[in-house]
Amino acid sequence: MNPVVGLARRRGVGRTGRSQGVLWRAAKTSRGAFGLVLSGAIVVLAAVGPLVSPHSATAFVAQPFAHPDASNLLGGDILGRDVLSRVLNGGWVLLIMAFLATVVGVGVGAMAGIVAAYVRGVGDGAIMRTVDVILAFPQLVFALLLVSVVGAKLWLIVVAVGISHAPQVARVLRAAAMDVAERPFVKAMELNGVRARTIVWREMLPNLTTPVTVEFGLRLTYSIVVMAGLAFLGFGQAPPAPNWGYMISENRIGLVENPWAVVVPALLIALLTVGVNMFGDAVARVSMGAAGRKGELAVASTSIGAMEPPAFLSADGPHSLQPAARNDVPG
Amino acid sequence: MLRAFSHRHPFTALIIRRSVVGVVTLFVVSVLIFGATEVLPGNAAYAVLGHSASPAELHALERQLHLDRSVVDQYGAWVGGIFRGDLGRSLANGTSVWSFTEARLVNSMILVVLAGVIGSLLAVALGIAAAARKDTWLDDAMSGIALAVTALPEFVVAITLVILFSTVAFHVLPGVSVFAPGTYAWSGPRRLVLPVASLVLIIVPYIFRMTRAAMIEALESEYVELSELHGVSRVRVLLFYALPTSLPPIVQVVALTFLYLAGGIVIVENVFAYPGIGQGLVNAVNARDIPVIQFIVLVLAAFYIVVNIVADVTVLALTPRRRSRA
Repeated sequence: MNPVVGLARRRGVGRTGRSQGVLWRAAKTSRGAFGLVLSGAIVVLAAVGPLVSPHSATAFVAQPFAHPDASNLLGGDILGRDVLSRVLNGGWVLLIMAFLATVVGVGVGAMAGIVAAYVRGVGDGAIMRTVDVILAFPQLVFALLLVSVVGAKLWLIVVAVGISHAPQVARVLRAAAMDVAERPFVKAMELNGVRARTIVWREMLPNLTTPVTVEFGLRLTYSIVVMAGLAFLGFGQAPPAPNWGYMISENRIGLVENPWAVVVPALLIALLTVGVNMFGDAVARVSMGAAGRKGELAVASTSIGAMEPPAFLSADGPHSLQPAARNDVPG
Repeated sequence: MLRAFSHRHPFTALIIRRSVVGVVTLFVVSVLIFGATEVLPGNAAYAVLGHSASPAELHALERQLHLDRSVVDQYGAWVGGIFRGDLGRSLANGTSVWSFTEARLVNSMILVVLAGVIGSLLAVALGIAAAARKDTWLDDAMSGIALAVTALPEFVVAITLVILFSTVAFHVLPGVSVFAPGTYAWSGPRRLVLPVASLVLIIVPYIFRMTRAAMIEALESEYVELSELHGVSRVRVLLFYALPTSLPPIVQVVALTFLYLAGGIVIVENVFAYPGIGQGLVNAVNARDIPVIQFIVLVLAAFYIVVNIVADVTVLALTPRRRSRA
């Protein structure tokens, strides 16, 4: 093995577990701890729910929109199924899909962004112009466009939501990777003839764990929001299966008779997204701690990242929301 | 090619350059939309007519959709049609795409403009107030609420308003905003209240947080400190000294908000059965009504691109330093 590979690590700038550090420090802030406990509770509920569900989620055990009673603690839904059982069974698929979509989005986006920053030139241009085009669609509309092509298949919804995240992740990671690519240890390895693939994955990526972690937190919130929104619109599991998002729309007409059928799933989704967002915000704040006075604007900009404009606005535009992206004007 | 414009006023050069990039992006987007909807497994005619279709019916619809021609010809026919004002016919009900979308476009515009304007003014006012009282209980409370609301899905906000104002708690406003087909939303202002309020609640936190952050930075600068030492009143410092410096990031987040609204209306319109293009898009996706999907997605993408250019030019106009640097 080339002696220069691993240089970064030995110097302590590489794999020093900084992302774990960021997560840990975020969890120790009051906002981060609150968010973690809140979202953790909902995840546990969704995971354990199917095991403790009193009825089958699809059995007709009550009158439609029955009021809560001893055997149906939250009453009946539109078809007379037990609301509590549907709530307990209706979260885990949504959570897994949102998590997978985030993995796909951050994975593809980070890969594209880092490669673009490293290769520069034509490859960079090609990747970032693709990013611009996808960014010209509202995220939900892009997902709907893909769903209209193949139909509401679960894997497709995961891929569609994931791909709709990728451009924004790519832009943030490209800006961060531009910085790393300029560092002496990368130059040293290039001069020593280390393969590009090794440099990118073994040396640059470990130095980018913090921005990747921050992005993952932000994207997870929006994955849940978009995924639940698609389910609400009817693009989720096929009808008899329970899903918090779809429960809200299907039981809406019975809001007066049995509000619990709408209120409980809506509340669970709200607590989940608020919790994840608070933790993500804490991670972003902790990772920017050193930024000092610039902190306020930087954190506000990061959390707005999900609504980021196409690159032709800000990459070489007059003012960039992402402070780090300011110096990434393509040559 | 674009360098040729650089000797002109930087403003003109920017507008020209952004417009060219915008048109190119729109072209690529149109190819992508067309390509995506053309790779339907089987073909569109089959998807519409279903299993029971006879070969003759299939063939007739294929001819109507130009599916018997090459893909490039089909794309040409589609784009050419748009330029001639002929958007084709809806596959779901046979009416022209334009008559299906016209009133919806207007209704969605009403929603976006009302929510965007009300939300922006409200959020900037709140942001200035929070920045002026930084680190007091008021600022902490507003910032905390803003962070929480930012994370809420649109339908949760909308359904909460329905629960509060039109069903369970109070019953003072209509919970659905149904209008007769083809009518415009201003014919029933009461039915506009909850959809607009939902969108306002969703967008305020973003603009609020950015305004607050930008104002705090401006208030910490030396020139503000100096002007305070000179005895300039607090209100004057806030509105005439700190706010103008803070405007570029605020304008940009307002632009982002309008971009967001282009997607946000999809959910909110569906919650309230509001007859805009967001509801039209979901109906069309359910019915696999390809001409309608293509047109609505293209309109939304064009809106995105135009808002970006407008925002970009506005930010430049508000930043003298950048404006003079050619």
